[in-house]
Amino acid sequence: MNSRLFSIIRKEFIQIIRDPRTLAMILVVPVMQLFLLGYAATTDVRNVPIAVWDQSRSPESRALLDAFRSADYFRIAYDIGSDAEVRDLIERGEARAALIIPPDYSQRLLEGDAQVAMILDGSDSTVGGTALSTARLIGQSHATKLMQEQAARTGRSAEFNPPLEVRTQVWYNPDLDSAYFMIPGVIGMILFAITSILTATTIVRERERGTIEQLIVTPIRSWELVVGKLMPYVILSLFDTLVVLAIGNLWFKVPVRGDLGLIIGTSGLLLLSGLGIGLFASTTANTQQEAFMTVWMTLLPAIFLSGFLFPIEAMPPVLRWVSSIIPLRYYLVIIRSLLLKGVGAAALQNEIIALAIFGVGIMGAAAMRFRKRLD
Amino acid sequence: MTEYLIQAQGLYKSFGENHAVNDLFLHIERGEIYGLVGSDGAGKTTTLRLLVGAMLPDAGMITIDGMDLFQHGEEIRARIGYLSQRFSLYEELSVLENIRFFAEVRGLSTEEWLPRSMDILEFVGLAGFKERRAGQLSGGMKQKLGLASALVHRPRILLLDEPTTGVDPVTRQDFWQLIIRLVSDERLTVLISTPYMDEAARCGRLGFLRDGSLLKSGTPAELRSALEGSILELRGEPLRELRLAAAMDKDILEVHAFGDRLHLRVATGKTEAVLNRLPDQLAGRGLKVEDVRIIPPTLEDVFISLTSSEIADA
Repeated sequence: MNSRLFSIIRKEFIQIIRDPRTLAMILVVPVMQLFLLGYAATTDVRNVPIAVWDQSRSPESRALLDAFRSADYFRIAYDIGSDAEVRDLIERGEARAALIIPPDYSQRLLEGDAQVAMILDGSDSTVGGTALSTARLIGQSHATKLMQEQAARTGRSAEFNPPLEVRTQVWYNPDLDSAYFMIPGVIGMILFAITSILTATTIVRERERGTIEQLIVTPIRSWELVVGKLMPYVILSLFDTLVVLAIGNLWFKVPVRGDLGLIIGTSGLLLLSGLGIGLFASTTANTQQEAFMTVWMTLLPAIFLSGFLFPIEAMPPVLRWVSSIIPLRYYLVIIRSLLLKGVGAAALQNEIIALAIFGVGIMGAAAMRFRKRLD
Repeated sequence: MTEYLIQAQGLYKSFGENHAVNDLFLHIERGEIYGLVGSDGAGKTTTLRLLVGAMLPDAGMITIDGMDLFQHGEEIRARIGYLSQRFSLYEELSVLENIRFFAEVRGLSTEEWLPRSMDILEFVGLAGFKERRAGQLSGGMKQKLGLASALVHRPRILLLDEPTTGVDPVTRQDFWQLIIRLVSDERLTVLISTPYMDEAARCGRLGFLRDGSLLKSGTPAELRSALEGSILELRGEPLRELRLAAAMDKDILEVHAFGDRLHLRVATGKTEAVLNRLPDQLAGRGLKVEDVRIIPPTLEDVFISLTSSEIADA
């Protein structure tokens, strides 16, 4: 092995191990972020507090409330008795919705045209929207159940056929658990952010501290310096990939259906992009601060436009176009498909090629810019 | 014609509007200690950086050991040890790890680097600190470690950029003893930049840099004798008034305070006249003159006159 290269790699490893901040950035931050985002960045709606104004107080109304209770989505938090209370609880945000059962509910139910009112707080559109559709679903299934019971009682055929039924089937993530969607995204984001931030600062640090001047007078070649300095971060980032993947799988129960080799390989391509961006930033900056700011400014839009949180399909055409030059976007498609769908490389061909082109391109551009000189 | 070890011809280097090095010629002989002196911003650091190839000149030629620097950069760098102005070693690494790193990237093998490193650490007096982190060394020890790292590959030429700036006098003394030993025992050639005139006096030859070009060069004695005019030393009080009054004399070119006395540079041929009339003139203004006499010029006098002279601009 090239002994100069090996010396640089070893030196860099020693520096990383002895610098608590860098070490924490590599070992602690990814795990912490995974847990934070895995729990906090969930779009699942659960335990939404609702207020109930049951004016009927009948066995039938209690049956309806039981149906609401048995779904995880709602928590009946308040039992109230007036319009004013509904308004008050929703205004103060203590209840996100209110269910109002009219006094003649059981009577109307017998007549076949019972109605209940659901008032929703739409200020948080995610919670509001999910609560709305969930409430409808609960209502519908309860209604179907009631009809079947009624049919059974009156001796008519238990077969009840609505004129149209949409039968839905959810693939890959049948419970639509958002962790399945978020965790692969978090893996991509962590890898991308960590590699770009660390490489941006590590090369500038040599410049800032003046050590680059000593390196220049040695026979080290530019590529040896770049590769030698990046290699430890590649190794540690791949290690991070495996740790985050393992936690995602064992703790958050996100399946790993695809080929592990393919996952690591495509993650390597993303690392190339992250390292390239970091290296590029450090060739333009004079201080660690500057490099950090440059990376940060590219990182934020990259994350927002990557489809990590917001679906690319929903973006205006301009932003959709911008997102096509963001490597993280391709990786997210790849990693989500690999983990959840278990597809092979052929299905992801375009994304893999795009990621590779970006990675090699930015890395090449950065390496070309990097000169073993001070001016 | 002498064969020069380091030869720079017509070097230019600008940073935007700032002409850091401006038509510089430099000739350094094998086995000498050459001191590069000049005030801050005169171009000392840039000159050294150009000579090691850390920067590319805008124009000019550099030949080291008979080879063109731009064609044989790596071969030349293998013969050069360079210590930059700021301490630039890895603070997280121990003394020995630092030396090992620089030894290995310089191509020393596993069998070679350890004995060589220990020799060097012994030489600079850091053998007892080999396990200490570089970040925890004192300023003087850091400089010695820098010197050790620059020497690990047995260079024939040592370029030192203000190695003793910010270092205490005792360590400066130690440091110079090391350099003198390297030159006498190992026949190294040393190019050192320094803002201190007492250090300049230790050099075999000196070059005065101003505005990026070499104003004058020669041995300390040559430079002293080449000083235009002569130096009078004046003692008396109050010093401030004496200084103002002396500066008004048309034959006195410059007045500078050196502690409790003044150095007056007198135009060539006017020394006797000034010496005769000055005490009375000053006494006439009610100032007390204790002593006026001719002294041999110090390097500092030479430095000041070169730095402030207008003639050099012509």
